[in-house]
Amino acid sequence: MSANKIHIDRYERNWMMFTAVLLVLFATAVSVSAFGMGIQVPAPEQRVDPKTVGTDPNSPWSSPGLREVAPGKYDAYILARAVPTWEYLPKEITIPAGSSVSFYVTSSDVQHGFKIQDTNANFMVLPGQVSKLTIKFDKPGTYNYICTEYCGSGHGIMYGAIIVTP
Amino acid sequence: MKQYQLSTGEKKFIGSHLLVAILSLAVGSLFGPLQAFEHAGWDFYPYLRPWIKSYYQGLTVHGVLNALVWTTFFIMGFLTFNVIFGLKRPLKNPTLNKVGFWLMVVGVVAAAIPILANQATVLFTFYPPLKANWAFYVGLTLVVVGSWVEGWGLFMTFAAWRKENPNVTSPFIAFASVVTALLWQICTLGVAVEILTMLLPWSLGLIEGVDPQLARTYFWFTGHPLVYFWLLPAYLSWYAMLPKQAGNGKMFSDSLARLSFWVFLVLSTPIGIHHQYVDPGVSPAWKFLHSMFTFGVFFPSMMTAFTVVASLEHAGRKNGGKGALAWIGKLNWADPSVAAQLLAGILFFFGGIGGLTNASYNVNLVLHNTAFIPGHFHLTVATAVTLSFMGISYWLLPYLTGRKLWQPKWAVAQSWIWFIGMIIFSNSMHVLGLLGAPRRVPLGLAPYVPAEWNSRLFQVGVGGAILFISGSIYLTIMLMTALNKEKVTEEVEVPIAESMQDVSLTPVWLDRWAPWIYGALGLIVLMYGPVLFEMIKNIALTSPGFRVW
Repeated sequence: MSANKIHIDRYERNWMMFTAVLLVLFATAVSVSAFGMGIQVPAPEQRVDPKTVGTDPNSPWSSPGLREVAPGKYDAYILARAVPTWEYLPKEITIPAGSSVSFYVTSSDVQHGFKIQDTNANFMVLPGQVSKLTIKFDKPGTYNYICTEYCGSGHGIMYGAIIVTP
Repeated sequence: MKQYQLSTGEKKFIGSHLLVAILSLAVGSLFGPLQAFEHAGWDFYPYLRPWIKSYYQGLTVHGVLNALVWTTFFIMGFLTFNVIFGLKRPLKNPTLNKVGFWLMVVGVVAAAIPILANQATVLFTFYPPLKANWAFYVGLTLVVVGSWVEGWGLFMTFAAWRKENPNVTSPFIAFASVVTALLWQICTLGVAVEILTMLLPWSLGLIEGVDPQLARTYFWFTGHPLVYFWLLPAYLSWYAMLPKQAGNGKMFSDSLARLSFWVFLVLSTPIGIHHQYVDPGVSPAWKFLHSMFTFGVFFPSMMTAFTVVASLEHAGRKNGGKGALAWIGKLNWADPSVAAQLLAGILFFFGGIGGLTNASYNVNLVLHNTAFIPGHFHLTVATAVTLSFMGISYWLLPYLTGRKLWQPKWAVAQSWIWFIGMIIFSNSMHVLGLLGAPRRVPLGLAPYVPAEWNSRLFQVGVGGAILFISGSIYLTIMLMTALNKEKVTEEVEVPIAESMQDVSLTPVWLDRWAPWIYGALGLIVLMYGPVLFEMIKNIALTSPGFRVW
C-alpha cells in the first residue's frame, strides 16, 4: 500500500466531468419543474383514525363526494377501501370543464393507490394519512381513477371515474 | 502458477448456497410467465386452483423466491468464495458461517409454509396492514439474521487476513465482497426494525395496530440499498472477472473500482425516500433532498460503466479487435459466461436510464406503481443481476463440482434467448406504464383496460414465453452439469482480471475501512434521522390487520 494520490486517467477524468455536468442538468430540470412550474408531490396534510374515518359523522369521509368551495373550485373527499369490497367512494364524480379539484383521499383499511389517468395525479393512499393533490381539468372526457397498490384479491377491479362535461 | 485451492468442504459449502438459490429460482420462475400470460389473456391460474389460489399468491411466490431468496443465497455463496479465494486463506470461523447458512435455510422454509398455504399473500413488499401469518415474518427475520451471521464470518476472516498482511493492498474481489456484505448489514437495519418492533408482535397479537407510513419508511430504508446488494456482486464480476474471460483483459483502474464501491456503500442507503415521493406522510423537502442524493449514486454507476467498458476494450484489442466499436465483436462471445454477462450489461444500460427517470422527483408522478416499474426492475435485478449470476454459475458450478459444463452452446443460446425475451417483455411493460397501466394487476381481467393496451399486453405474454424457454434451458444445464459424468481434467481456472496499474500504488485511503463506515452511518443519521424522529414521535399504531386475499 502507498499513500500516493489517486491516479485518474485523462479520459476517465473527462467522463467524470461529463457525468457531473449531466447531473447538474438533470437536477436543474427537476428543480425548475417542481419549484418554477409548480409540479409538486404530495405533502403531509392530516392524520386520521382509519377505524372511524368512514363512519364518524364529523369526518368528511363519512359522506364522501364533491363539495364546491368557490365557483369552478371543488374539494373531492374520496374514501378508498377493500372492505366490504374493493371500491372508491364515490365511484363517479361529474364536473364541468375548467374546474379545479382538490382531492383528499384516505383509506379505511389497507394501503391503496390513486392514479387519475392522463393527469399528474398519482399517489399512495394510506390508512391514517390523507393524500392531497389539486388538478385542473380543462378537456372534457372521462378520466378513470384506478388503484395502483396491491390491496387484496380485488385490487384489479378497483376504479372510479371523473366525468368532465363540456 | 497453480491457483489457490479451496478444500472440498469449502466447495461444498459454497455449492449448498448455489443449490438453494437455483431451486428457488426454479420454483419462483415458474410463476413469472404465468403473470405475463395472464396479461396476454391466457390465464392458467384457474387450473392451478387446487395448489395456488390466486394470481396474487403466484406473484408472492415469484417475488419472494426470485427477488429475495435466489439473490441472497447466490450472493452469500459467491461472496464467501471471493473472500476465501481472494485472500488465499480459509474462513476464520467456518462454523459461524455454517450457522448463518442454516439460519437462512430455516428462514426460507418458515416463510414458504404460510406462502404456500395462502396465509401470506402479501407480495415481496409485505406492506401492512395486510397481515400475513407470523411464521412469514419469523422466516424473513431468520433469513436476514442468517445473512448477518455469514457476513460476520466474512468480516472476521478479512480482519484475520489483515493482521497477517498489514501492509498489503487487499485483493479486489475480497475487498468488494466485504463491502457488499457490509452494505447489507447496514441497510437491513430498516426492515429488521420494521419486523421486530411492529409486524412480528402485531402478527402474534401482542399489539393491536401498526403505523403503515412508518412501516413503509423502514421498508424503503432497506429496499433501495437492497438493489445495490444485488448489483454489487455482478459489478464485482464485471470489474474483476469478465475482462479476463472476455479476452485476457485487465481491470482498467483498481483505485477507481474501489472508490466506486465505497461511494455505493456511503450513498445507497440514505436515498430510500425516492421510493416514497408520492407518500402522504413524508415532507416534500426530504423527498427532494433524497432525490438529489439519488442523482449522486449515478456517479459511481457511470464510473463503473467507464472502467468496465475500458477493461473490456483492453480484452477486445488483445483479441485483435480494431476500430472504435468493432473490438466488441472480438470478445469471447462463444464463452457462455461472457455472453451472459455482456448481454446483462447491455440491458443494464437501459435499466439505469429507467432508474434515473424513476428517481427524478416529480417525474415519478407519471410512473409511480405503473407497469413501468416492473418493466424497469426486470432489466436490473432480473437481467443485469440474474443473467450475470447465471453467467457466473456457468464457470462456478464446474469449478465447484469438477464436472464439465453440459452443452456450452446451449448455454450461449440461453443468454441470447433471455436477452431477446427480456427486450420484448420489458419494453412492452415500460410502454404500458407510460400509457397508465398499473403494476400488480391481473390486467387480463381488469375492467378499465382500453383497447390500445391490448397489443402491448400480448407482447408481455410473448416476452414471458421466451423468458420461460430461456429459464428452462438454464435450469436443465445446471441440473445436467451437476449430474455430468464427464469430469474436468484440471481444476477450472478462476477468472481474475489483474489491475492495469500496480495495485501497490492504490492509495491507502481506499483500503481504510473506518472513515467510510463512519461516513455511511453519519449520512444515514443526517438523511433519515429527522424523518424517522418525527415519525416515531407522532407514531399512531391505529391500523389493525387485514386478510383480504
